[in-house]
Amino acid sequence: MPTQPESDVQASEDAFRTEVRQFLAAHFPAELSGTGNMLAGLDGPTNETPVQKKWREAVGERGWGTPTWPKEYGGGGLTKGQARIIEHEFAKVGAYNPIGGMGVMMFGPTLLEYGDEKQKLEHIPPICRGEIRWCQGYSEPNAGSDLANLQTFAVDKGDHYLVNGQKTWTSGGQWADKCFAIVRTDRSDKHKGISFMLIDMDAPGVEVRPITMISGTSPFCETFFTDVKVPKENLVGREGQGWTIGKRLLQHERTNISGGGRLAGMMGQSLADVAKKYCETGGDGALVNKVLRDKIADFEIRSNSFLLTARRAVEESKAQGGVSEISSVLKKVGTKLAQERSELLIEIRGLQGLGWEGDEFGDDELEDVRGWLFGKAATIYGGSTEVQNNIIAKRVLGMLDHQ
Amino acid sequence: MAVLSEEQEMLRDMARDWATKESPVSEFRKVRASGEPHAYNSSAYAAMAEMGWAGIIIPEAHGGSDFGFMSAGLVVEELGKTLTASPLVTTTIAAGAILLGGSDEQKAKWLPRLASGETVATLAVDEGAHCDPAAIATSVSGGKLTGRKAFVHEAHGANLFVVAAKDGLYLVEKGDGVSLTTRKLTDQRSHADVSFAGAAAEKLEGGSDSLLDDVLDRARVLSAAEMLGMAQAVFDTTLDYLKQRVQFNQVLATFQALQHRMADLFADLAQMRSAVEAGLQAVDSGFGVARAATIAKAEANRVLHAISNQGIQLHGGIGMTDEFNVGFYLKRARVLEASWGSSSYLKDRFAQLSGY
Repeated sequence: MPTQPESDVQASEDAFRTEVRQFLAAHFPAELSGTGNMLAGLDGPTNETPVQKKWREAVGERGWGTPTWPKEYGGGGLTKGQARIIEHEFAKVGAYNPIGGMGVMMFGPTLLEYGDEKQKLEHIPPICRGEIRWCQGYSEPNAGSDLANLQTFAVDKGDHYLVNGQKTWTSGGQWADKCFAIVRTDRSDKHKGISFMLIDMDAPGVEVRPITMISGTSPFCETFFTDVKVPKENLVGREGQGWTIGKRLLQHERTNISGGGRLAGMMGQSLADVAKKYCETGGDGALVNKVLRDKIADFEIRSNSFLLTARRAVEESKAQGGVSEISSVLKKVGTKLAQERSELLIEIRGLQGLGWEGDEFGDDELEDVRGWLFGKAATIYGGSTEVQNNIIAKRVLGMLDHQ
Repeated sequence: MAVLSEEQEMLRDMARDWATKESPVSEFRKVRASGEPHAYNSSAYAAMAEMGWAGIIIPEAHGGSDFGFMSAGLVVEELGKTLTASPLVTTTIAAGAILLGGSDEQKAKWLPRLASGETVATLAVDEGAHCDPAAIATSVSGGKLTGRKAFVHEAHGANLFVVAAKDGLYLVEKGDGVSLTTRKLTDQRSHADVSFAGAAAEKLEGGSDSLLDDVLDRARVLSAAEMLGMAQAVFDTTLDYLKQRVQFNQVLATFQALQHRMADLFADLAQMRSAVEAGLQAVDSGFGVARAATIAKAEANRVLHAISNQGIQLHGGIGMTDEFNVGFYLKRARVLEASWGSSSYLKDRFAQLSGY
């Protein structure tokens, strides 16, 4: 395709910006400004208000919630530049993207890559319209860090598979319509015996039990499959290709959890500002408790060098045209710092920072307690810190495999 | 590694090549064996100046290349890798002080001499064993400076001192009224207590109210660059050693306990490099220098401390021998950690800068 002269690009971007603004003026209800997208979260049922539903439908109809996905499957068919314009214009009026969740973040991109035409036509458009919630059937009681050890088994019954087994940590399983799962179709080969298939959560034999976490919430479930019939057309890729497809999906997961969320947490309110509210300060504004002051400074210096490292990883990756090797440290360092920060908040607030419920505690205090507890998961999921260390040692430092 | 310009890459490659070929750690051993108090090879420093390294932050009009602190840091890092003994860091810091506070005449007089290597310079601030710019008793009266400075780096080779007095920074030439008492420190480099007894002094009148802190911040980022090179060298050497050493019929690198420790150090080193490069870049941009320099040196202190200790531990008994280089890095590490701000000093400074 011939490159357009710069002025033409500018003109078409301006035209598109106007189109987005007109769309927002016509469809975005002011009362939703500044609110978030429930569908993107995992910790609540889908109770859309009629206003929220209308907004979702308006965005979904244009495919603007998944702007760069192909138009023929319900995406926006737009360029990255146009997607940025949408993001920018939405943010300006406080509009959230009502399309989200695991279907958008992980499953959709993977199916677009590995699915057949019929599967893409069936499953991608409802994701683009935000009509279907997907959950992930990966971990099992005996397959956590050693995921390929999974034992849920699918027996070939001609036109369908019969699936038996148990999945765990199924995020949002109690609210999901469908599950993308990796299951065993062959016991003779650990990795090549795995297949990727799609299971209806309301199929007979599927049972979901929410797990109450130490934070008091139940965002994860145990999912049991007892003689669940899965039609052959729900196999993605070939039988035995599941490990390859499943790992590709995990890359999409890591891209999504390594970026914004964790860094945003680190940029939250300065610990020193919180400390000044809860602890004594001298005339010069310095914290009187010198030991606590030292701990806060120590933490903030290290979190600064982490943020600088995250930025450097992006710059290096851009300059090299490949992933920079220091990207490998971001997950383990960032999650550790976030946990340290939560612990320091408790030290700063004392017992007032350990409230479970009640009006005597502020919303921020209660949220930080739940965040502290739930944050313990961050060094476990998405490849535990120990797995990250193995990856750094073997793939980056070239230390040989331990046996 | 920050994304570098073509000139910076060439400069770094040149420094790496020279340090590896002309100034490996065996050269430092020769300096140590010579027992000379100035503790560097003069012809090696002349060669460095010849290559333009003493003038990297000095404007072209004064005989330098005006490449800035980030570029100077690249060279200093490469020299730190091989523990090259030279007054390059202190001379560059002094040039930085003159650039910030010197008059046009002072700049025209001194900067070309510093750039050419003809004049070696250093910074004399502290009067005790700790970094404490608030506790200065040195005073000047009628152009004569009197006071005693402790543990001055590169004092033996220096013929120009940038001296902190109560009312500001002064330039003092070696000569009448200047006397040295050698203080042999564990790094076997040049350190001395310097007494100034009515020595002729010329004030650096320019610069901001915080000129001394601004100069110390430059000392911090350049020392941090040297420390970065040292940390990288110890890490690389240790990793190589773990890949060769066999115990229990296994290469040590295959033990998971050691793999995870190296993964931790690798992450620390990544943070150190980010902080040091950001500190150097902040000096060049002039934006947020105090904070960035404090973070740079604090992270350099933290990470080099850990890596120099683990370098010995992971080498095992052989790391304890004088024959092996890793011990030299440990000894130099502690001297640099204690200079221009220890970890506790820098954390205190960071909290002050942040208003708590």
